[in-house]
Amino acid sequence: MGILSVITFLPLLGALLLNLIPSSKTSTVKWAALGWSLGVFAVSLTLLKDFSSNTFHFQFTENIEWMKGMGIAYRMGIDGISFWLVLLTTFLTAISIWFSFYVNDRVKQYFVWIFVLETAMLGVFCSLDMVLFYSFFEASLIPMYFLISIWGGARRAYASKKFFIYTFAGSIFMLLGMITLASLHQKATGTLSFSIIDIQAQVANGKLWAGAFQLQAWLFWSFAVAFLVKCPAFPFHTWLPDAHVEAPTAGSIILAGVLLKMGTYGFLRFVMPLFPDVIPTMAPYVMTLAVIGIIYGAIVAAIQPDLKKLIAYSSVAHMGFVLVGLFSLNHTGMLGGTYQQLNHGISTGALFLLVGLIYERRHTRMFTEFGGLKAQMPIYATIFLIVMLSSVGLPGTNGFIGEFMALMGAFESSFAGAYGLNLGLAVIAACGVILAAVYLLYMFMQVFYGPNNNPENQRLKDIKPWEIAISGILVVFIFWGGIYPNTFLKPMEASIGAARLMAVSPAGNRPSWAESDHEIDAKMNLVYAPNRDGSKITEPLKGNEAVLTPANLHFPVKQATNLEANLSR
Amino acid sequence: MFNFPAPTIDWVIIAPTMIVSITGLLALCLEMIWPKRDNTWIIGVSLVGLIMAAVSVVAQFSYPEATTFSDTVIRDRFALVMQLLLIVAAFCSLLFSESYLRDKRISYGEFYPIILWSLVGGMVMVTTRNMLLMFLGIEILSIALYVLAGLSRSESKSEESALKYFLLGSFASGFLLYGVALLYGATGSLDISAIASAWPRADLMHQTLLVFGFGMVFVGLGFKSAFVPFHQWTPDVYQGAPTNVSAFMAAGSKIGALAALWRFLEGAEGMKAIWMPALTVVAILTMTAGNLAALVQKDAKRVLGYSSISHAGYILVGILAHFAAPDKVGFGSLAYYLLSYTLMTVGAFAVVSLGANKGKEGTKFEELRGLWRRSPFAVACLIVFVASLIGIPLTSGFAGKFMIFGDALKANLTVLAIALAINSILSVAYYLQMIKAMFVDDVEGDEVIEKRPVSLGMTTVCALCAGGIVAAFIFTPVVIEFLVGKS
Repeated sequence: MGILSVITFLPLLGALLLNLIPSSKTSTVKWAALGWSLGVFAVSLTLLKDFSSNTFHFQFTENIEWMKGMGIAYRMGIDGISFWLVLLTTFLTAISIWFSFYVNDRVKQYFVWIFVLETAMLGVFCSLDMVLFYSFFEASLIPMYFLISIWGGARRAYASKKFFIYTFAGSIFMLLGMITLASLHQKATGTLSFSIIDIQAQVANGKLWAGAFQLQAWLFWSFAVAFLVKCPAFPFHTWLPDAHVEAPTAGSIILAGVLLKMGTYGFLRFVMPLFPDVIPTMAPYVMTLAVIGIIYGAIVAAIQPDLKKLIAYSSVAHMGFVLVGLFSLNHTGMLGGTYQQLNHGISTGALFLLVGLIYERRHTRMFTEFGGLKAQMPIYATIFLIVMLSSVGLPGTNGFIGEFMALMGAFESSFAGAYGLNLGLAVIAACGVILAAVYLLYMFMQVFYGPNNNPENQRLKDIKPWEIAISGILVVFIFWGGIYPNTFLKPMEASIGAARLMAVSPAGNRPSWAESDHEIDAKMNLVYAPNRDGSKITEPLKGNEAVLTPANLHFPVKQATNLEANLSR
Repeated sequence: MFNFPAPTIDWVIIAPTMIVSITGLLALCLEMIWPKRDNTWIIGVSLVGLIMAAVSVVAQFSYPEATTFSDTVIRDRFALVMQLLLIVAAFCSLLFSESYLRDKRISYGEFYPIILWSLVGGMVMVTTRNMLLMFLGIEILSIALYVLAGLSRSESKSEESALKYFLLGSFASGFLLYGVALLYGATGSLDISAIASAWPRADLMHQTLLVFGFGMVFVGLGFKSAFVPFHQWTPDVYQGAPTNVSAFMAAGSKIGALAALWRFLEGAEGMKAIWMPALTVVAILTMTAGNLAALVQKDAKRVLGYSSISHAGYILVGILAHFAAPDKVGFGSLAYYLLSYTLMTVGAFAVVSLGANKGKEGTKFEELRGLWRRSPFAVACLIVFVASLIGIPLTSGFAGKFMIFGDALKANLTVLAIALAINSILSVAYYLQMIKAMFVDDVEGDEVIEKRPVSLGMTTVCALCAGGIVAAFIFTPVVIEFLVGKS
C-alpha cells in the first residue's frame, strides 16, 4: 500500500475508530479527533521529503487492478498541482477540527463526517482514474450534506439540499462524458480504459479525437459545467452563499478551503489536458463567466449585512480570479491561478474561522450588532486585519502574488491577442481587486471601528490563547506565501507548464504523462529527455517551435489555433 | 389402454421450485401443528429452505442449457440468475418480517408459506418460454400477494391496498391473457420463440394480430413492472400493504415481470422497429413520472413506491439497450442492477418498517423523525441504501447506473442516457427528504426517544443489504461474472 492510499484512508480509519469511544465522552472524542487529524497531517508532510519538483510526471503512483474488464483500476498519484492541495486538505481539516471544539451537539457523528469528508477530498486529489475520481468527487457530497443539514444554521435544510442537488446535477453529465471518453479510447486503441494517463496519451498524439472531433465541444462542456458548478462560477454560484451561511464554521472552512478547489483542480487535471482542440475557442467563454463572477461577486458582497454572506460572495469573486488565471492559458497566469487556489484556501478559510470565533461569542454575524471591537479585542482585530488584507491582495501577503500573476497572465494573453481573449476582460477583472478592497475595508470599518455602544459587545474579551494559535498558524502562511512564494510555486511549475502545453500545443507536440522521457525544461518547453537523471535534458522535441504562446514574454503570438487547421490534420 | 404420453421430467431443473414449494408446505404444517406459538420454527424452516433452493440454483450454473416438461420449463443462465435474485428478495424480506409483524400485532404463521408460494410463482415465470405457463406463474405470484396485501385486516389502508391490487391486477391479467390468445391465434403455438419465426413470413393480418397480441402482453407485464401509464396502483398498494410485503412486491414481483418481459422481447425482436420507439417513450415517461410524483410525497413508503417506478424505468433503459445492440450488450447489467435494486429496496423498506409500533404503521416522515436515536445501526445502513438509490459511488446503485449509462451509449440510445441522467438529479430531492426525516431531524420538544432493541433479523437484513451493496460495488466484475458467466 502506497503512501497516498495511507494518507487518503487514514481519516476513514479514524472515523471508524471514533465509533469505539462512547458518545457521552464528548471531550475524549474531540481530543481523539484532533490528535488523529494532526497525525494525518504529519503523515502527509512526509510527502515533502520525497516529492520532486523537476518533473511533471505523477509521483508516488499506485496502480492496482480493480475492475479489469471495465477498464477501471485503482490508480493514485500526485503531481505538482495536486501535491499542495493534498497538504492543504490535511492542514485545513486539522484546523477546522480544532475549531470544532465549540460543537456540542451529536459530537461524535460530527467528527465522523468530517473524517469521511477528508478521505473523499484527498481521494479526489490523488486519483488518476476517472471513475475513482468521480467516486470520491460524489462521495464528498454526503458528509458535507450532513455537516450542513445537521449542524447548520436556521435555513440549513434548504441550503444543504440545494448544495447537494446543484453539485450532483453538475457532475452527472460529467459521468456520461467520462464513459464516452473511455469508449473513444477503446476506439483509438482497442482497450477500454478510464485512466487519464492512457486517455491523455491518446489525446496527445491526436488519435483519440481524430474520429470524433465534433464530440469534443460537448464533452468539454459536460466536464466544464461540473467544475464550474463546484468552483463556483457565475451563473452556477447560487448554492454557495446559502451553503456557506448555513454551514457550521468548520464546514465553511472546508467548503471554501478545499471543496471549491475541486472545481479548479478539475479544470487543470481533466479539462486542459483532455480537450486541447477546443480549449482555445472556449477560453473566452469561460474567461467571461469568470470575470462576470468577479464583478458580480464583489458587488453583491458589498451590500451584504452579514459577515459570512459577505465572505461567501467574496469567494465567488476570488475563485473568478483563479479561473481568469487558468484560462489565460499562459504560464504566468496559470501558475498564478493555481497559486491563488491555495491562497484562497488559507485566507478565506481564516476569515471564516475568525467570523466563527466572534459568532460563538455573540451568536450574530450582522455588522449592525458590532462596532468598535478594535479596542475591545485588539489581538483579534490585528489578526482579522492581516487576513482581510491578504484577501484584498495587499502586497506582502499571499493574495497579492496569486492575483497579480493571474491578472498578469490574462493581460499578456489578451494583449497578444491569443485565443480570442479580450483585453477588456482583463481590465475589468483587475477592477475586481479594487472592489474587493472596497467591501472588505468597509466591513472592517463597520465591525472594528466606530463607537462601541452595544453593552453585549462591551462584555467581550479577547480571543483565547488556543484560538490565537490556530489563527496565528494561518497568518504565518499568509506572510510566507506573500514574501517567499517560491516555496509553493517551485513544485508546481513543471506540472503547470505541462498542463499548459497539453492544452495549447497541436497534436503530436503535446507532453504526455505516459511518455516517461517527456520532460519540461526550465523555460517551460517540452523536451525529450532520454535519460532522466536531470543532467542530460537537451534535445528539444521536433516541431517544438510550433508551440503557440511561449511561456516567457514574447510578443506577438505566432498564430492562434483554429478548428479548421486541426480538422484537416 | 389410454396411452397418455407422459413427459420426461428432469427433476434437477425444477429442483429449486420444488424445494421452495415443499418448504412452503412444511411451514404450513408447522403452523397447523403448533398454532398460535411463536413463529421461530416456521421462519427457521423457511430460511433453510430458501438457502437450499439458492444452493440448488447456483449448483446448476455449470450445467448445460436444457428443457423439460415438453420444452415448457427451461434452464438457461438467465432463468437461473433470475431465480437466484427472486430467492434473495424473498430471503431478505423474510428476515425482518417477524419483528415487524409483531410490532403490528399481525404475526400470523400463514404469512410465511404464502410468501414462499408467491416466490414459486415468480420462479415459474422466469423459467419458461411458454406463454400459458408464464401466465400461471404470474397468477400464483399475484394471488399470494393479493392475500398478503390485506394481511393487516384491522387497517382500512391495508384492505384498500388488497382490493385495489386485486381488481387492477386481475384486469391486467386479463390483458395479458387476451394478448396470449391473440399471439396463439397468430402463431398456433404457445411458445414465445414461435413469434420470432412467425413474424418474417406473416401476412398483414397476422402481423396485426402479432403486434396487438404483443401490445396486450406488454400492458399486462407493464402493470406488474409498474411502467407508466400502468403504474397508478403502485404507491397506494405499497403504502397500504404491510411493509415486508411491500418489500417483496417491489423486488420480487418486479424481477419476475421484467424477466418475463425480457423473454417476450426476445421473441418479438423481429418487430423491434415497431415497439422500440413506443418502449423508449414508456421508459422516459416511467422515469420522469415516478420521480416527479415522488417529490411531493410525505410518506416514506409512498416515496419508495414511486422510486420503484422510476427504477423500473432505469431498468427498462438497460433492457432496451440490449435489444438495440444485442451483440454488444448482454444481460449482465440487467442482472446486476436487479440484484442491487433488490438489496437497496428491501433494505430501505426494512428500515422504514421500524416506524411501526404498538400495532400501528408509522411511515410518515414526521413519524419517522429522529429514528436514528432509536436504532442507530439501521439508520446508518439506510444512509447506504439511499446513497445507492440515488447512485452515489461506493455503492452498487452507482455501478448499476454506470453500466446502464455505458450500455445506452454503446447502443446509441443517447436520448435515454440523458433522460436517465436528468432523472437521477430529480430523484436526489426526495431521497434526501427521507434521510433527512430519519437521520438529520431530531425529535422536537421534550419527547425522549428510548433506544429500542432491534431484532436480530432486522440487524442481519440491514447488515446483509448494506454490506452486499458496498461489496457488489467493489467487486463489480466478480459479481457480474458470477451472474452471467465468463464472456
